[in-house]
Amino acid sequence: MKHRISALFLGTALALATGGGAMAQDKNIKIGVLTDNSGLYSDLGGAGSTLAAQMAVEDSGLAAKGWKIDIISADHQNKPDIATTIARQWIDVEKVDIFMDVLNSGVALAVNNVVKEKNAVMINTGAASSDLTNAQCSPNTIHWVYDTYMLANSTGQALVKAGGDTWYFLTADYAFGHALERDTTAVVVKSGGKVIGTVKHPLNSSDFSSFLLQAQASKAKIVGMANAGGDTTNTIKQASEFGIVAGGQKLAGLLLFITDVHSLGLKVAQGLSFTETFYWDLNDGTRAFSKRFSERMKNKAMPSMVQAGVYSGLIHYFKTLEAMGGNPHDGAKVVAKMKELPTDDALFGKGSIRADGRKIHPAYLFEVKKPAESRGPWDYYKLIGTTPGEQAFRPLSESACPLVKK
Amino acid sequence: MQALYAQLLVGLINGSFYALLSLGLAVIFGMLNIINFAHGALYMMGAFCAYFLLSLTGIGYWWALLIAPILVGIFGMILERTMLQWLAGLDHLYGLLLTFGIALIVQGVFQNYFGSSGLPYAIPDYPQIGDWRGLQGGMNLGFMFLPVYRGWVVIFSLVVCIATWYLIEKTRLGANLRAATENPTLVRAFGINVPRMITLTYGLGVGLAALAGVLSAPINQVRPLMGADLIIVVFAVVVIGGMGSIMGSIITGFALGVIEGLTKYFYPEASNTVVFVLMVLVLLIKPTGLTGRAA
Repeated sequence: MKHRISALFLGTALALATGGGAMAQDKNIKIGVLTDNSGLYSDLGGAGSTLAAQMAVEDSGLAAKGWKIDIISADHQNKPDIATTIARQWIDVEKVDIFMDVLNSGVALAVNNVVKEKNAVMINTGAASSDLTNAQCSPNTIHWVYDTYMLANSTGQALVKAGGDTWYFLTADYAFGHALERDTTAVVVKSGGKVIGTVKHPLNSSDFSSFLLQAQASKAKIVGMANAGGDTTNTIKQASEFGIVAGGQKLAGLLLFITDVHSLGLKVAQGLSFTETFYWDLNDGTRAFSKRFSERMKNKAMPSMVQAGVYSGLIHYFKTLEAMGGNPHDGAKVVAKMKELPTDDALFGKGSIRADGRKIHPAYLFEVKKPAESRGPWDYYKLIGTTPGEQAFRPLSESACPLVKK
Repeated sequence: MQALYAQLLVGLINGSFYALLSLGLAVIFGMLNIINFAHGALYMMGAFCAYFLLSLTGIGYWWALLIAPILVGIFGMILERTMLQWLAGLDHLYGLLLTFGIALIVQGVFQNYFGSSGLPYAIPDYPQIGDWRGLQGGMNLGFMFLPVYRGWVVIFSLVVCIATWYLIEKTRLGANLRAATENPTLVRAFGINVPRMITLTYGLGVGLAALAGVLSAPINQVRPLMGADLIIVVFAVVVIGGMGSIMGSIITGFALGVIEGLTKYFYPEASNTVVFVLMVLVLLIKPTGLTGRAA
């Protein structure tokens, strides 16, 4: 009798535990796209990132399985203080579970702390600073698309090997520029080259002539641009005006996006070599996605690697949550599970996420086509080299991230 | 030492943009008493106008120098007729707020349609006479490589600045204009149409901004925010030169361009702020600006 009663109790308890647990599986997800909607980086992230997030939600098919997914977006204006205010409000009031895009390294490093403190998730696809997975790594953050170490490693090494052994840097004077200059310098020196000068310019400058004159006077073989977006396009345009390339020096775009090339036009941009991890015309998968994306974009723009990363990152996030059965609100737990599962999507191919939060996939060295080689709108790149994922990013053995067990 | 000469020259080139823009602001403030915060947006419209003329109708740079300021000037005159004229006699603050709002709307609309990274506009490669390829290419001055186009910008804007100064300070039209702002009732009694004069003046100021926009299109990307980035510096120039002083804004424009160029050489990190430091210093010592008269 006693046994039967306890068995009954046990059975009920078990039923309650499992059944009740299933009932309590929370299937509400709120995605926050925190990006630059109006400033110098808004074409490479901005509205396109929000669209990519929407497409990921639609393609995940989770809505049909009873999940409720909302997306909100805000403009951080490239200011870390504004970004952290929005981030706190999003988590506390709007109950946002995951931050996407978060471009601008200064902003990303600031939001990184808030996300960790409040145990949310950040999949960073926009910022470049490799500190996000190094000294400042967090159990709540995944750095998805690219970083300064990878850019330096790929472009820097290729250029030094091709004979560009003396460098002069034009560096955007904030976290990103400093990180890119630091990482590229390390690669240049390691490969036997030398940095003979550097000039730090304020973010969002429109006139680069003074800086270009200093670079010209330095007689360095390579003028490295450790800046991005509008700063880079103006630098390139004005460099051609001052005859930098015609005078025998080579411009190195350490970070260049397809939207920058589009805005410059092939006539000015031709011959530049740089690294990206995504290009719309890489394979059938990227072409199919990009075509759908571009049809829904204003100006019919093709996706940048930042926007493609938002899609790819969310697809993996949804897969993970589906495997977990729900409950997206414990950020660190979700991220830990994301690191366990292999990544695989049409845009970045098969990959993985390392302990330090670094997403691993191949990096491609591209060269901008000559106007005569381009077969139509947005046909801009020639692939000149591929670095496998394991070699493209900072090896774990060099990592200063406390999450990495040594 | 060579590099220093080069920076001086580059500073002069930037100064010519400051001078053209602050000249327009000074004309508008001097005559209409309006602090025209829409100036940057109108400058941007000039650059976009040049871009559209080229891409839609095939009209090149040289004609754009004439047509774009006229088109944007007409837009400015419509603004003045429909909105700004109702602010006559009110505190400066109302004009500032209204034009600031106009600037935000105009920039927002352009950004919505054209994104932020901008559109390409090439340096004109005609007329081609012998080895001369329009304004493309450059010459080696020994101490620096000077793009022909930049040299042209300095000369052209100097001519425009001096012509505008002459028009306002030395001609009968200018005298009427200045009189009309001093005492509109009296001037009207002489049979002069004062409101029309004011509208034309605003059109002139706006046209100068658009002209600077066309000049800058081949150097900078044609971007919706190109004016917003510049306007604050230009305001500082006007304040340092003395609000409303025509000659003051021309001279300060060029001088600040040079000072900024030197800062970019000696301490580049401060190049965005040096103008404001100067503004604070000048305002502390002489609140009316360097050449301003007490109100």
